[in-house]
Amino acid sequence: MALPIGPILGILGDNLKQRGSVLPLTRAAATRWSKGLDLPRGGETILYTGHMYQLIPAIDAMASQMALLENSRITKLLGMGRLVNKVINLSFFMSLMASKELKQRNDEALRNIVRLLQAAGVDFGYLYGDEMYSGALVYDEGMDDVFGAHARRVAARFKKHGVKKVITVDPHTTNMLREIYPKFVKDFDVEVQSYLEVVAENSPEVLQPQDQTVAFHDSCVYARYESILAPPRELLAKAGVSVAEPELSGTNTHCCGGPIEALFPSEAHRISKERVAQLEKAGKQIVTMCPICWVNLRKAATEGTTVQDISQLFSAAFVKSSQSCT
Amino acid sequence: MATVSSELAAKVKRCEEFNAEACYHCGVCTAVCPLGYGIMPRKLFRQVMLGLKDKVEEQVPAIYSCLLCRMCESNCPAEVRISENVRALRTLVNNKEL
Repeated sequence: MALPIGPILGILGDNLKQRGSVLPLTRAAATRWSKGLDLPRGGETILYTGHMYQLIPAIDAMASQMALLENSRITKLLGMGRLVNKVINLSFFMSLMASKELKQRNDEALRNIVRLLQAAGVDFGYLYGDEMYSGALVYDEGMDDVFGAHARRVAARFKKHGVKKVITVDPHTTNMLREIYPKFVKDFDVEVQSYLEVVAENSPEVLQPQDQTVAFHDSCVYARYESILAPPRELLAKAGVSVAEPELSGTNTHCCGGPIEALFPSEAHRISKERVAQLEKAGKQIVTMCPICWVNLRKAATEGTTVQDISQLFSAAFVKSSQSCT
Repeated sequence: MATVSSELAAKVKRCEEFNAEACYHCGVCTAVCPLGYGIMPRKLFRQVMLGLKDKVEEQVPAIYSCLLCRMCESNCPAEVRISENVRALRTLVNNKEL
């Protein structure tokens, strides 16, 4: 039995409207990664995580539950679940079910990005508990009213802190802020750059060359929405890493299946397996640039294959070994 | 027999995001789609433009299963904004306008 689309999207939309995120995170869970980094609060240039890396463990837990429900009669109760969720935050339990190991990995990816930007000599602040989710998922699902209202709240938060430039850490948030917010928020004039673009522009010194070859997975959004193809490749080359391109790469990259995992888990899994097979032909060390691709391809990888976030590799190459964490 | 909704056809015509008129059914979108659906997206768009409401309603799961990965779009010789069209249809479904 297919999962009921209306109630699931309804829960995600209600959460964004009532609780500020599709799967509400506690303030502690959203900011835990920044502990000990002493990032300045706010500033004209900020690192904006958009909560994507922090949300992935809860999204992954939800997707696992959805996969169990996909062929179950319980799906009929999801409509009732939406009504209950309006009063009791049911989706909060997803974060409790989330993998601790996944939380640690994703937190570490954000710390690696911070260290990398610092190694490149970039000054930036962070909004801590004032940072909000970008709303990417509800936009993709066509819930424009809910998305528009949320985008205006996020933009007001930037304005309150005097933010003029935002450095993003994932493709979906980059696309939302760069291309979509200006359509929904009047006079949205915040400059938006991915950390990959910022680091490539600032060209940090290589401290520990990484003599290895990786199978490179382009994110669909970076490749086909934002045309971010050269910066990660330039940085990999500089770091001494050889890139093995899979058959489908660059602007013809193949999706990881992640965008439909909540509604069509079996289909998403089939697509991620297909993509992993393509990548494994190029090499057993796969590198990704998006937290959604990262989690999906890792789950589909066969024994002996590693899937790492590109920030881990860059951190090893460009950050002093006492600071870098892999 | 198919039911034609002139209201749906008119609504889509007014929708700025929806641009499928240039599609000439070459089938590249279907050939490159990771989902491999025969229906997506050329037949779906034609059904929408003709206002074939019943047929479009049958395609609601397909509308939501699109990955929005733009593989089809970046290979479309007619430069149809396929992903944005699908997203526009989702908005119509969510607003119960379909």
